[in-house]
Amino acid sequence: MESATHADGPGATSPSRETLRAHAISKIYRTGEVEVHALRGVDLALYAGELVVLLGASGSGKSTLLNILGGLDTPTSGKVEFLGRDITALDDAGLTQYRREHVGFVFQFYNLIPSLTALENVALVTEIAADPMSPEEALRLVGLGERLQHFPAQLSGGEQQRVAIARAIAKRPSLLLCDEPTGALDSPTGVLVLEAIERIHAELGTTTALITHNSVISSMADRVLSMRDGQIHQEARNEERRSARELSW
Amino acid sequence: MVTRALDKKLIRDLWRMRGQVLAIGLIMASGIAVLVMGLSTVESLDETARAYYERYRFAHVFARVKRAPERLAAEIGALPGVQTVETRVIANAVLDVAGFEEPIVAELVSLPESGEAKLNLVTLRSGRMPRPRSTDEALVSEPFAEAHGLNLGDRIRAVLNGSWRELRIVGVALSPEYVYAIGPGALMPDDARFGVVWLDESLLKAAFDLDGAFNAVSLSLLRGANPDIVIDELDRLLERYGSVGAYGRKDQISNWFLTNEIEQLRTLSYLLPAIFLAVAAFLTNMVLTRLIAMERSEIGLLKAFGYRDREIGRHYFKFVFAIGVLGVLLGAAAGYGFGWYETHLYAAFFHFPFLLFRPGPTSFVIGAVVGLGAAFAGAFRAVRTAVTLPPAEAMRPPAPPMFRRTALARAAIAQRIEQLTRIILRQVARYPMRSFTTCFGISMAVAVLVLSMQWLDAVDHMVDVYFREAQSQDMTVSFAEPRTFEAARALSRLPGVLAIEPMRAVPAKLRVGAREEREALQGLPAVQTLYRVYDASGDALTLPREGLMISSMLGKMLGVGRGDLITVETLEGRREVMQLRVAGTFETYMGSPAYIEIGALARLMKERPTLTSVHLRVDSTRQDALVRELKALPGITAITLKAAAIEMFDETMADTLLIFVSFFIFFAGALAFGVTYNAARIALSERGRELATLRVLGFTRAEISYLMLGEIALLALLALPLGSLIGWLLGRATVHGFETELFRVPFVLEPSTFGIAIVVASVATALSALFVRRRIDRLDLIAVLKTRE
Repeated sequence: MESATHADGPGATSPSRETLRAHAISKIYRTGEVEVHALRGVDLALYAGELVVLLGASGSGKSTLLNILGGLDTPTSGKVEFLGRDITALDDAGLTQYRREHVGFVFQFYNLIPSLTALENVALVTEIAADPMSPEEALRLVGLGERLQHFPAQLSGGEQQRVAIARAIAKRPSLLLCDEPTGALDSPTGVLVLEAIERIHAELGTTTALITHNSVISSMADRVLSMRDGQIHQEARNEERRSARELSW
Repeated sequence: MVTRALDKKLIRDLWRMRGQVLAIGLIMASGIAVLVMGLSTVESLDETARAYYERYRFAHVFARVKRAPERLAAEIGALPGVQTVETRVIANAVLDVAGFEEPIVAELVSLPESGEAKLNLVTLRSGRMPRPRSTDEALVSEPFAEAHGLNLGDRIRAVLNGSWRELRIVGVALSPEYVYAIGPGALMPDDARFGVVWLDESLLKAAFDLDGAFNAVSLSLLRGANPDIVIDELDRLLERYGSVGAYGRKDQISNWFLTNEIEQLRTLSYLLPAIFLAVAAFLTNMVLTRLIAMERSEIGLLKAFGYRDREIGRHYFKFVFAIGVLGVLLGAAAGYGFGWYETHLYAAFFHFPFLLFRPGPTSFVIGAVVGLGAAFAGAFRAVRTAVTLPPAEAMRPPAPPMFRRTALARAAIAQRIEQLTRIILRQVARYPMRSFTTCFGISMAVAVLVLSMQWLDAVDHMVDVYFREAQSQDMTVSFAEPRTFEAARALSRLPGVLAIEPMRAVPAKLRVGAREEREALQGLPAVQTLYRVYDASGDALTLPREGLMISSMLGKMLGVGRGDLITVETLEGRREVMQLRVAGTFETYMGSPAYIEIGALARLMKERPTLTSVHLRVDSTRQDALVRELKALPGITAITLKAAAIEMFDETMADTLLIFVSFFIFFAGALAFGVTYNAARIALSERGRELATLRVLGFTRAEISYLMLGEIALLALLALPLGSLIGWLLGRATVHGFETELFRVPFVLEPSTFGIAIVVASVATALSALFVRRRIDRLDLIAVLKTRE
């Protein structure tokens, strides 16, 4: 799949162009004789340039959904289209390529490589990307321009998470997926991380989906999808987004 | 109740880690198997020889004379300490088997005219004994019959005292005198070119003109009798009958070779396995330390529940014990099996009629103690570290590893390294001890390979120096009696003979103080052209006009050096006793020879120059015709071809040493495999999260594998030269351990040996890396990311 970031076509200029669409996806985990229905027929669209918050309690299926959207996992049934292309049909190598070119991930526990410095952790991704920004630039975007040569063990949790964000966006992904990015952080530090995500979103216009169980965070989104029992049971649009700086919990 | 739950955990842990458990077991098993294999082979050969000698009444003392009257037997029997006396006729002869052009040397041995032999009983393998007073019935040795495909009823021809005689094979047999069936002057048994033929006494007596007389006698001794005293007494009795000196069992040629071989095998079976076991124990220790270190959080959890240190200790003790028992059992079983196989290989080489394979407990006990000891020591260290931590701290993952940028990393070249390679380098630098363990483990596998294969190089080198460089004769003709030089000139006139060189061997006793050795003095021209005397450094020796040149081995046995005097008692002719000065010593790999200039020897013997054998250089196109003529000449007891001797030597080495060494190669491979597998598996479980993250970021399986396997490859790359160096050092340090009276092993290491060692270790490492790669491919991305480690 060649880079779709610059895909032209009907609606390329339209603000409501779909980046990603999920059709009736279900996910069933089988462990022995127990079947767990993690997702039950979810339909969803992510539009170019929007920031969506997926809100739900633990076990509501939001991580499963994010993993499927990000090409980490495949649905039991249903289909996911990325810029009109069916990614559920891809094999492992195809999914790897999809993640490599189009998706940026941020995790709750940062998942930095301990043996690489901040700069090198970002370079890890820019080295395999088609049109990346420089690692320094990515780190400046998250406010870490001064800590390029620090190893993860020398950084605070919030700093580590911002390195992870820089790593996720340095390749200019079409899609930024954040799984509980503030889950392991206290409120002021979490806000700093959210500010970074907000700034990236504003400056790069990356389609961003953010998972959280913290409803406070949903007020910074364009759209909020609430999940329960493997389904999206409510969708809301924020007429006015609050900036991350105003949040606290 | 409490223990039951822990025991369940134990069993499940073992199952969960079965790959690693097996790999550690494999390392231990390798060391133990080599030890058991070696020792059980030696024990079995020892015991078989002892039992064979006893059951078939192998004599204790032997002597040959020219001709002694039968009545002397009673006198010999009356000597104090003698139990049984048996007189025989033994002679060498040239043999002819239809369809085999090359010369064959036979030892003709008489069977008592009436009834059973009293000593050195033959074992009939098929057929029957020759009838008393039969004139053409013969018993032949089994290996010889097999080499020529001879069956009962077949006919062979022998030159009996100058005339051809047709013999009919009525039986095939083995004898304790010819366990190691080696022809005169040969270095290795050659079953096609040397055979033993047993004939009725009357037939041999008639043929060799020994009516009412004998030319060989063997004795068994009463328990506790001193063979040396009996030998001296016997020598006194036999002196005037042309005895070349009685000798005890330890100097009997077959037994001497057998003892030497077993001795060499014994060293090989102690020294190499000891090194091997030490290496295996060391690696077991290190690998288990790491394995237990990974259990840190579980140990913390158990402590949090209120388990005492002692209980936790016992739990892990059981865990290690289970792995240890697996290793010991695997090793013992493999060692037993390989030992059985190896014993049978050797048994075919030494001709025993039966084989006792009853390995004693020693090797198993040593293996088990060392193996389990190493395992416990490794576990003890790790468990103690874990239990001394407060539970809360133990349950927390270890603090994130602190990496540093080294000066090297800031170097210009380092800026160009891509990140995956950078991770590999940092990982190695961050955990130097761990990296060293893996590297050292693979190194030791390489070292053990080099050490064991060095043997083949050494033997190759010996063959090169001994046969190919030093000896440029094609053929050696030996006579029953000393001849004048005219005999040599007669040979030189035969068709196809290009050059000749005489040699005179005189059996002698060499004495210095209380030490005495039997060693033939070998008379050679001062400057030799065909059969050259080389020392171990490859220099040709010129023999001085006076005095002896002795091998340093003989010097060591007698405790003399250059300039010292040796009392030499020749056992032929006038039996002169004289003092000879050691003109020089030289290093040699085989035997303990003493050389003297052939003219000087004649002067000392107070006789005209004579020879007992002639070395010939021959036109190869006319060799067959020459052999046919030689076979018909009277008085020739042996014709040996150098090419055949080399071929035999190589074949024998291939049959014995090569097989022994290939076991080592196999076990060293297992060592490298086990070390690599464990290192990679532990790393994989410690760094699964990191690898999964990379996969999520879009790195392919191949790239992730590069990260893991690249580290192993890097360490292996460092290990290969290190291992070669250790192997070289170990080889040099242990080479003297292999010395016997028969062989000195030179320290030779061919570049190709390093090459093979490196290839074997690399293949084993790569194989286990491939196993681990399958694991990397199956990495569960989501599960790994979900949990905080």
